[in-house]
Amino acid sequence: MKKYNLSHLRELESESIFIMREVASQFEHPALLFSGGKDSIVMVHLAVKAFWPAKIPFPLVHIDTGHNFAETIKFRDDLVKETGARLIVGSVQETIDSGKVAEETGFDASRNLLQTQTLLDTLEEHKVDAALGGGRRDEEKARAKERFFSHRDEFGQWDPKNQRPELWNIFNGKKNMGEHFRVFPLSNWTEMDVWQYIYLESIKIPNLYFTHERAVFKRDGAWLADAPFMKKRDTEEVVVKNVRCRTIGDITNTGVTLSTANTLEDIIQEIAATRVTERGDRADDKRSESAMEDRKKEGYF
Amino acid sequence: MDNKDFSSKAYLDMELLRFSTAGSVDDGKSTLIGRLLYDSKSIFEDQLEAVQRASIQRGNESIDLALLTDGLRAEREQGITIDVAYRYFATPKRKFIIADTPGHVQYTRNMVTGASTANVALILIDARNGVTEQTYRHSYISSLLQIPHLIICVNKMDLVDYSEEVYESIKEQFSSFASKLAVKDIRYVPISALKGDNIVETTNNMPWYQGGTLRYILENIHVGSDYNHIDPRFPVQYVIRPQSDEYHDYRGYAGRIAGGVFRKGDKVMVLPSGFETSIKSIDFHKEELNEAYPPMSVTLRLTDDLDISRGDMIVKSNNVPQVSQDLDVMMCWMNEQPMQTGKKYSLMHTTKDVRCMVKEIKYKVDVNTLNRIDDGATLKMNEIARVSLRTTKPLFFDSYRKNRQTGSLIVIDEATNNTVGVGMIV
Repeated sequence: MKKYNLSHLRELESESIFIMREVASQFEHPALLFSGGKDSIVMVHLAVKAFWPAKIPFPLVHIDTGHNFAETIKFRDDLVKETGARLIVGSVQETIDSGKVAEETGFDASRNLLQTQTLLDTLEEHKVDAALGGGRRDEEKARAKERFFSHRDEFGQWDPKNQRPELWNIFNGKKNMGEHFRVFPLSNWTEMDVWQYIYLESIKIPNLYFTHERAVFKRDGAWLADAPFMKKRDTEEVVVKNVRCRTIGDITNTGVTLSTANTLEDIIQEIAATRVTERGDRADDKRSESAMEDRKKEGYF
Repeated sequence: MDNKDFSSKAYLDMELLRFSTAGSVDDGKSTLIGRLLYDSKSIFEDQLEAVQRASIQRGNESIDLALLTDGLRAEREQGITIDVAYRYFATPKRKFIIADTPGHVQYTRNMVTGASTANVALILIDARNGVTEQTYRHSYISSLLQIPHLIICVNKMDLVDYSEEVYESIKEQFSSFASKLAVKDIRYVPISALKGDNIVETTNNMPWYQGGTLRYILENIHVGSDYNHIDPRFPVQYVIRPQSDEYHDYRGYAGRIAGGVFRKGDKVMVLPSGFETSIKSIDFHKEELNEAYPPMSVTLRLTDDLDISRGDMIVKSNNVPQVSQDLDVMMCWMNEQPMQTGKKYSLMHTTKDVRCMVKEIKYKVDVNTLNRIDDGATLKMNEIARVSLRTTKPLFFDSYRKNRQTGSLIVIDEATNNTVGVGMIV
């Protein structure tokens, strides 16, 4: 690397840190949406770097669907302890119990859509005016057009056709009462960048990302992890395979990949060779051509 | 990508290049982007399948690669690109971010947005039509936004029998126009996005062309000097005060270097107070750095305890920016509600937040001809004009030509909070 040139990972890191500091400056009650997945773990890492030696000046918010990998919760609690960050948990089970939303039924039942209500309630309860999310533009085509600072109206809705222009590195976080922002510091990162950065910075990630033996079954061409609350058809046979997670979300719609990748180097090689996007196994995106755009308009992550 | 060791140092240490494209439905822009992505294996099977399904549903005969880039439902339904879409791909040499924008005059504001962060602009010319109004518009906007490098892609060469004469005459036509632009570096490449000529692979169809392929140019163009490394500017973004036992006296000024190089021990001046002090340390997480340069985000600690807050700027005593409440900008208007002279707006510049009043419109620019026009006191959406502003507090700025960070600003409507105008300081 020539003198006074930053590598792509350092430039992305610097951009994300700039965004986080901008959020801490422009908003009164920011929060970081923490899912337990690698992107939100990288977000926490960047937040630590952005404000060091002070603690992260905003809480982590975890929307708990109740359908988690057990490892996710332990990892979350350890991370909170290590960074001294404050944790807020929003429970989808409580939203269901309150009667605000009804649980989906059937084999493909998922709490993925229901969590939008829990998320909006939690943000409102804690007066969150800027929610930092780990969304990336390379994930999905509706996300390719989302701003770093994405404005939400008083109902939490996104209006994709009426987004604020965003130029240079000037970010307009001004808003009226009741409105809030979703902010995406990792907008310009790709899946490969995230993995290379985890490797470069030796960031701890849950073991779920590495190969392990797990009881799984096949549905619509994708492998899903078995769990007590997973409803299976008679034809869906549970087998034990060597798998790893490429993304970590709610168990009901997170596919697992057959893999023997045991180290970060292995994972990076695997990503480089793979021909399917990481959301390719996400059942929630397959519902329609604009499934993501429709969910986002209503206030989804 | 080739199958190399992606965790090796070379892959962790790639350069990032941001380029913009602009174009309308028929000029082959989507095909070109589709091909760059496809040939660098950045389109995945499930994405391709989704596009195939959608193409069949629509009754298209072949795969419509535009469906890959047109992300919003309204765009797919109307078959147009209405916003800026960001695309990503990497080759073994570099990582690329494409800002893909529509090309029609009614989307000037989107082109301006896409151009604002680009190092390189790809200008597409249809070999059959030669230089058109759209070519002028894209080139002017690229030049106004100070994109340092232009790559002129003469596309659809297959439809003019790969004729050297056609290519040379377009090149000549463009260079005579380009003398009016403020662009340092212009390259030309004859291509066929559809057939793949000179995109990633060299072609036998144009033996008369000795230059590199488009991808080769993108991989090798020198972008390291695109940042200003001469005039040190550090807009203070956030003050870090841990107030913990361990770091009781720590007071750091967090921000992103906007220009020049700062070194530990440098004598610096703080604006607006004018106090002089020196840099005690440059912190980045647990490291202490000897120097910092754009676009690094760091934390500066100073030897003296001064009252410094967000919006102040740390500079070198012997190299200060302009300090004034009166400034002229080239303003591009972004909103349906026209700009009004005499009206007050909010204004954001670096990390500073002030109010401003529009004093006068000096002249407007016809983005198709670059001619100056004089037609009244309002500036409508997608129009560009030289405008005089007066701010409530002094700004610390450089000309946009000298520094894209300290020379740019945005104007915000105080009723809607929407960003309505963007300005490049003259």
